[in-house]
Amino acid sequence: MTLFYHFCFYLFGLVAVASACVFVTRKSPVAAALWLVNVLFCIAALFVLLDAQFIGAIQVLVYAGAIMVVFLFVIMLLNLGEPARIADARGTLWYIGAGGLAIVVLAAMMVRLPHPLPIETFRIAADSLVTEARATGAVAPVAVPLFTEYLLAFEVTSVLLLAAVVGAVVLGRKRNESDAGPASQPGTAGTGTAAHAR
Amino acid sequence: MLADALFFSAVLFAIGVVGVLTRRNAIIIFMSVELMLNAVNLTFVAFAQVYGYAGQVFVVFVMTVAAAEAAVGLAIIISIFRHRHTVNLTDINLLKG
Amino acid sequence: MLFQTAAAVAGGAAPHPLSGTAADWVWALPLLPLLGFVLNGALAIFGSAKAGPADPSAGSHDGPDAAHGVPGGNGQDDGAHADAAHAVPSQRHPYAWLVSVIGPLVVIAAFALACMICVAMIAAQPTTPFIQRYFSWMPVGDLSIDAAFQLDQLSMVIVLVITGVGALIHIFSVGYMRDDPGYPRYFSYLNLFVFFMLVLVLGANLPVTFVGWEGVGLCSYLLIGFWFSDRANADAGKKAFIANRVGDFGFMIAMFLLFANIGTLQYTEIAAAAPAALPAGGALVTTVCLFLLLGCTGKSAQIPLYVWLPDAMAGPTPVSALIHAATMVTAGVYLVVRTSMLFSIAPAASLTVCVIGAVTALFAATIGLKQWDIKKVLAYSTISQLGFMFVAVGAGAYVAGIFHLVTHAFFKALLFLGAGSVIYAMHAAYHETHSHEDAQDMRNMGGLRTAMPVTWILMWIATLAIAGVPLFAGFFSKDEILGTVFARAQGSALSDASWLGIPGGALLYGVYGICLVAAFLTAVYMTRLMLYTFHGPNRTGDAEHSLLREAPAVMTLPLVVLGVLSAAGGFLNDPSFLPIAPADMLGRWLEPVVGPATQQITRGGPAEADPRLSAILATVASVVALAGILVALLRLKPAALRPAREPQPAESKVESLLSHKYYVDEAYDRAIVTPTVVFSRNILWRGVDGLIDGLVNLTALISRWLGDSGSAAQTGETGTYAWALVLGVVIVLGTVALRI
Repeated sequence: MTLFYHFCFYLFGLVAVASACVFVTRKSPVAAALWLVNVLFCIAALFVLLDAQFIGAIQVLVYAGAIMVVFLFVIMLLNLGEPARIADARGTLWYIGAGGLAIVVLAAMMVRLPHPLPIETFRIAADSLVTEARATGAVAPVAVPLFTEYLLAFEVTSVLLLAAVVGAVVLGRKRNESDAGPASQPGTAGTGTAAHAR
Repeated sequence: MLADALFFSAVLFAIGVVGVLTRRNAIIIFMSVELMLNAVNLTFVAFAQVYGYAGQVFVVFVMTVAAAEAAVGLAIIISIFRHRHTVNLTDINLLKG
Repeated sequence: MLFQTAAAVAGGAAPHPLSGTAADWVWALPLLPLLGFVLNGALAIFGSAKAGPADPSAGSHDGPDAAHGVPGGNGQDDGAHADAAHAVPSQRHPYAWLVSVIGPLVVIAAFALACMICVAMIAAQPTTPFIQRYFSWMPVGDLSIDAAFQLDQLSMVIVLVITGVGALIHIFSVGYMRDDPGYPRYFSYLNLFVFFMLVLVLGANLPVTFVGWEGVGLCSYLLIGFWFSDRANADAGKKAFIANRVGDFGFMIAMFLLFANIGTLQYTEIAAAAPAALPAGGALVTTVCLFLLLGCTGKSAQIPLYVWLPDAMAGPTPVSALIHAATMVTAGVYLVVRTSMLFSIAPAASLTVCVIGAVTALFAATIGLKQWDIKKVLAYSTISQLGFMFVAVGAGAYVAGIFHLVTHAFFKALLFLGAGSVIYAMHAAYHETHSHEDAQDMRNMGGLRTAMPVTWILMWIATLAIAGVPLFAGFFSKDEILGTVFARAQGSALSDASWLGIPGGALLYGVYGICLVAAFLTAVYMTRLMLYTFHGPNRTGDAEHSLLREAPAVMTLPLVVLGVLSAAGGFLNDPSFLPIAPADMLGRWLEPVVGPATQQITRGGPAEADPRLSAILATVASVVALAGILVALLRLKPAALRPAREPQPAESKVESLLSHKYYVDEAYDRAIVTPTVVFSRNILWRGVDGLIDGLVNLTALISRWLGDSGSAAQTGETGTYAWALVLGVVIVLGTVALRI
């Protein structure tokens, strides 16, 4: 492990944490979303540093690209108004409570960590991921188990995505389509009339 | 690097928790949840370095679920906003009996 | 046959002499009346649905008893009540003809079957009871009670009386209740009564008997309150029911004690185990017997629980004849005889029975002297005669007790049905003229012999029988009671025992004396009843007089049969000094059942007084009876009576005391009823109920408060729930991480 590697790792880690802190304290949803994108980019960098190049790539593509764009899109769509007018965050007491809780969670984890994990026997040889990635490329080691060992889970996930699509369409549809009158009836001469009425 | 990665993961997760608990804007709460999911993903990837590719496969699943969740969740938020003209969770207390 | 396999074989491996005979059909005896009950009950339900509200609950009934108020203080109800009866025209039930066939027929069939069984029994001469076991009723731990019937000579006699007299009274009812809208209901109750009475008598163990015991109580209640739209009638039913509950309490305690100490409730097993398990004359057997006696005083209307019987006269007159004279009220006597194996080893309890019987006999007879209601006179007469039976069974004269039970069933049924016939005629006459006079008050009668000669003659036969005039039925039975009591006083297990410090012998002589006085009074009040009802000038009223006529044949024919039985029934147990019929038939017949108990009382001596003493005592009793009749004939002046509607001459203090029945009802009211009501209302209702209600309400308040505070935590905000969730996670993680 080179010093440069360590430097990069801590740099991205600290930037991620700092960006996350900024993210949760932004009043404006748009600003918060952009700070979150920054966090996600940093995490993607950490993925790459942790020998998960493929995951880092889809982190950028799917998360920072697709999902966050959807978020921003919704924020714009709702047009929530000026950040100053939105009394969003809760009072100081809530921050103290939440911070205390977070510290407790962290402490609990730190206390838990030094204990030797019972799964030491599954430990693979050091740098084996790097060796494998060099031999077959970065995608194959992830794709092979995904389409063989976890095929059923993969297929079920596709069903989940289908359900999510259907659900999103049903929820996002306007309910009062049938009340719209002649305007919604296709193939009539009323289209112009309806537009006029509007 | 495992311990350092886990440390960052834990901190990010905790920040996500703080976001969920302190914010009232439903969309920001949602983004905080995404942050928590990413913190977990970081843990998976960190462990994958030590224990094999299964952790990375799992990250793919988590991302899929997160995408689905975002789609449905945002649809719900839009639906709520359409009826109540707010995404402030303190104003939405339909659960109260 | 269904139950042949289940028929238990009594007395070892050899089959019982009665098995394979008509006795195998003993199960059909109660089933026949039950069938009648079901059919008539169905007709009552469907008929009322078809014909609309026809029961008295709809406000009208037109039975013969309808226009009289219930005697004894509520005469003011009369007018309104009779108006209601007249406002709606009499309406026969649509299925009356079918009921008239089914109702009496099932009882007649049961009587025929009983006769066949009796013939088989005479031929077989069994020495042990014939027990038919049907199924295990209550197999609980050590307690094993079978639904079983027991047929022996004792139950045979009573079954014959129940079905025979019952059939006659059913036939009489066809005429008497003809126009009542509740006709099918009446017959279904009557059939049900016969069923339960047969269960009572045939039961092979105390619980089965108790079922019948309760069942007849229920039927009694239903029939006393048959015209329940009149509040007084319903109250009379309730009074009978409650007084009987007091007695039933005694019955049940006795059962519990017996089971706890002997471990069985079957009569044959009690008889086998009692002498060894219960020390003779001991406190335990005496307690059991006294509790049994409490039950018997309730059912048989003895002091202190007799008060319900006079009120029970609110029911239709045939009901009074069947239930409250001939059969049900003698159940107490039957039970004492059935458990004679216990009473015979408890002299103190037996003497108590004797004393209660004697006091009741005298007490009721004196009240009977001053009653004006014809049915009340007969009611007190019944109480008095039941007292005689108690004296008999108390003195260990079980045969005499049963003998008197049988003859009393004959002549008292006759008296009641005759009275019913008179009331029927009186009511019909008053109904015709739309008069609201009391059809049961003897002051409104008089001179009925010209209008109702058949009833008149038959009633005289019954009167002579109950008074104990020689050669009539009552003479033999009453004489046997008196003779046996005298003999027991001279020397027996009872005369050697003592009762509350009084030597048994002296006590029994006293009982004998009281019984003689009661017999004298019986003759007096019965002659008085006859004089006032049938002799002297008529006081019914000028218009009504010409309307009085004899009841139809369906009512007089049963009277004639009962008349013959009242006249000749005494020869069933002809005493040896009067060689007319085979001597002592009933005594020899009952010997296998009551023999051991009688031997226990007499300590092996003869069961009855020797013939010479019997003859002397019989002469004394006859003289007393004749003297009573003579005194009544000489002293009472029917011509001096005034109708009930006119002002009555002032009563002397004694007369007033008697006509108010010694104020016992009032005393019970003050001593028991009022304190109970006051206690219930003030302490139980306002106090205890208030406390319990308060506790319940407090619980509700606490729950409500908890709910309110719980629901306050449910803000409905997702943020709150997220907080709770995270706190929970932290607690779980903390405990795992810190290894607490």
